[in-house]
Order: sequence, then structure tokens, then C-alpha cells
Amino acid sequence: MKTWLKVLAVLLLAYAVIASFLFPLAPGGLAVDIDKISPGENNFTLTGYNTHFTNDSLQVFVASGETYFCCTILEVLDANKVQVSVALPDTLPSNDIGFYANTPVDGTVYVQKPISSKDFTFIEGVKPMSACQVTVSNDEHRNFGYPFQIIIFETIRNLMWHVPMWFTMFVLMGISFAQSIRVLSKSGREDALDASISFKTIDMYDLKAATAANTGLLFCILGLVTGSIWARFTWGAWWTNDPQLNGAMVVFLMYMAYFILRNSVNDEEKRARLAAIFNIFAFILMVVLLMVMPRFAEGLHPGKSGNPAFSSYDLDSSLRMVFYPAVLGYILLGWWLYSIHLRIKKLEWRDEK
Amino acid sequence: MKNNFLKIALFVISLVMIIPAKAASLEEYFYASGKIRVVIAVAAVVLAGLITYVIILDRKVSKLEKRNKES
Repeated sequence: MKTWLKVLAVLLLAYAVIASFLFPLAPGGLAVDIDKISPGENNFTLTGYNTHFTNDSLQVFVASGETYFCCTILEVLDANKVQVSVALPDTLPSNDIGFYANTPVDGTVYVQKPISSKDFTFIEGVKPMSACQVTVSNDEHRNFGYPFQIIIFETIRNLMWHVPMWFTMFVLMGISFAQSIRVLSKSGREDALDASISFKTIDMYDLKAATAANTGLLFCILGLVTGSIWARFTWGAWWTNDPQLNGAMVVFLMYMAYFILRNSVNDEEKRARLAAIFNIFAFILMVVLLMVMPRFAEGLHPGKSGNPAFSSYDLDSSLRMVFYPAVLGYILLGWWLYSIHLRIKKLEWRDEK
Repeated sequence: MKNNFLKIALFVISLVMIIPAKAASLEEYFYASGKIRVVIAVAAVVLAGLITYVIILDRKVSKLEKRNKES
């Protein structure tokens, strides 16, 4: 591996690690402390996350469809908390109720909450007298920051840790797959006998395939474990029946089987060929299990079911800025680890001859 | 080397013991401050995995060095 690639790997990883922790989360609406709104006066506290509420520029309003009712601000408790009161009429145009807060710094933040509004009568198109004019800023991330999503919160940063593991695994398994094809494309291993000179032999290709799969397995395990932790605190269970998860586990077991098969054959040529055939099937099955199957099933992984193109992943530009360098950094690191491991294996192999 | 492993193991065990002692449940501990602790746990796992791999490679090199010295 070239030195500049190693330098690049270190720089990219350093950037990814620092940026994944230091960039802030964009402001968002966290909660309101009422479950039910009724005609007349309603008092509630609106809580935001990473917001900048101040006395002079904050505007809080309740929306019913496209109609807005401005709230009187009773007290701004802190930058994320405000106590307000709102007067609502008996008739509302829509039972689609939302809570918004406007500040010049954050733009408009929105609180998602199912709310009971059964005391109102709903007439579509009605224009209540007390409605007020507000400008809803759709520019959600006026300040630079990772997108705010309820339930996910700060764990969106895991994107820069968990997902590159799988990308790296794919690249390493791809290297392994290519080397396995080279094993099968060689007819004999006569040339392997004086292999102390040449490395272009079946044995060497087999060694490369096994080493790449070994390093790939490290990233597979890391992906499984980090995914499991993330799932526990987002979906509520260490393991769920998501097609992506089960596919990943099958891939893990498949590559374990590859190593068991490879270590159980003593004859070197037979070992190289058997392992290569198994590895080719394993790689193709991996692509099917991780990239094709999840599209046909309902799953919990975002952007997986249906027919996602790479660009339609719901990635925010702030996430892309860190995610792509992180992926590249981890791929280079994986390649680096693989090349170190391979050098060791080559020396061991030469010692045995 | 063996002593170091013992120290690391003790450190990890003490860390694991602190979590339930301070919070009533895993949720309470990990949901604090916008779930940032989940990210720290994930990052720690990734670093631990990579370091473990480097240690394994390190041992292989040591073995090679030893064998080279003997012959």
C-alpha cells in the first residue's frame, strides 16, 4: 500500500471521528406537555432541542391544517423551554394539529405529537377570526447541523460509525472474491513449487482470498455489534426480524463456514480450489442477501425497502459531508489492515516452505 | 503482557459495573442527553475491534520474529 494512501486514511478517519462528534444536531421540537387541546385558553410548555429561544424574537403558534393561532408567550424558561398560552375558537378547519416555534436563528421547529382535539367541531375551509399570519420557514437547517429526528436524536452520528463497516466489508469481500476467481483460473500448481521466487501461484491467490475475507469478517462483526447496540436504543431490541439483520447474520455464518472448510482440507491445491468455489458462492449470496433481498421485504432499515437509488437515501448534505469521507477512510483502513495481515501470512508461508 | 490484559479486563469490568450502579436501567443511562451515550458505546466498540485486530497482528509478528531468531 502506498504511503500517501495511508496518510489519506489517517486524515480521513481523523476528520470523520472528530466531525461525527463535534458537529451539532440541528434544532428541533422535542415535546409539548399537553395531551389534549380544548376551545378557549390552553396553557402549555414547549420544549425544543438545541434551540435558541429568547424573549424578543420567539414566536410560538398552534396550527390546524394551514391555519395558525399565535400563542402569547408567558415565560421563556431557557433556550429550549417556553411557557405559552393560546386561545382557540370552537370551530377549527382541520384536526391536523401541530405545534411550531419560530426563531430567526433556528427557523421553524415542529413538535410531532398525537393530540386529542375531540371538543372541537371541524369545518373544512372555515376562517376563524383569531387566526394570525405567520411565516413558516421551510429552511429546516438554517444553522449547520445533522438533521434532527425524533427517537433517533444524537444517534444519527452512528451513521459515520456503523455504516462504513459494511461498505468496508463489501470491498474486502470483493477483493477476496476476485482472488478466488484467480485461483480457479490457474490450471495447475507446478509453478507453486518454486514459489519462493514468484507469488503468482494458486497458493498465493488462496492466501490473499482468505486474508481479505478474514479482515472483512472483522468489519462484519463490528457492523453486527454496533448495529445491535444502535437497534437496542432505537427499535427497542438487541435483535429484530429485519431482513437486513438476518441477512447480515447469514453472511457472517457463511464466512465462518468458509474458514472452517478451508482449514479442514490438508492438501494445498484441493484446499485452494474448494475454498475458492465456496467463496465465490458466498460473495454472490452476500450481494443477494444484503442488497437485493431487503428491497423485497418490509424492514426497519431506512432507505432499504422498495427501489432506492443511491441518491435517494435520505441523506442530508451535512451528513454527506462526513459520511463519504468516513466510508473512504474505513475502506482504506480495511485495505491497510489487510495488506499488513497479508505480509505476515506471506512470511509465515515462506517459512513453512 | 499478561499483566496488562488483566488490568484492561479489570477496567472494562469496573466500567460495566458502574452503569447499573448509577442509573436505574439501561434506558435511563443511554437515553440521557439525546442518546449521545449510544454513539459513544458504538464508537468504543469500533475502536476496541480495530485495536483487537492490531493486537492479533502484533502477536503474529512476534511469533515470526521469535522463529527467525531460533533458526
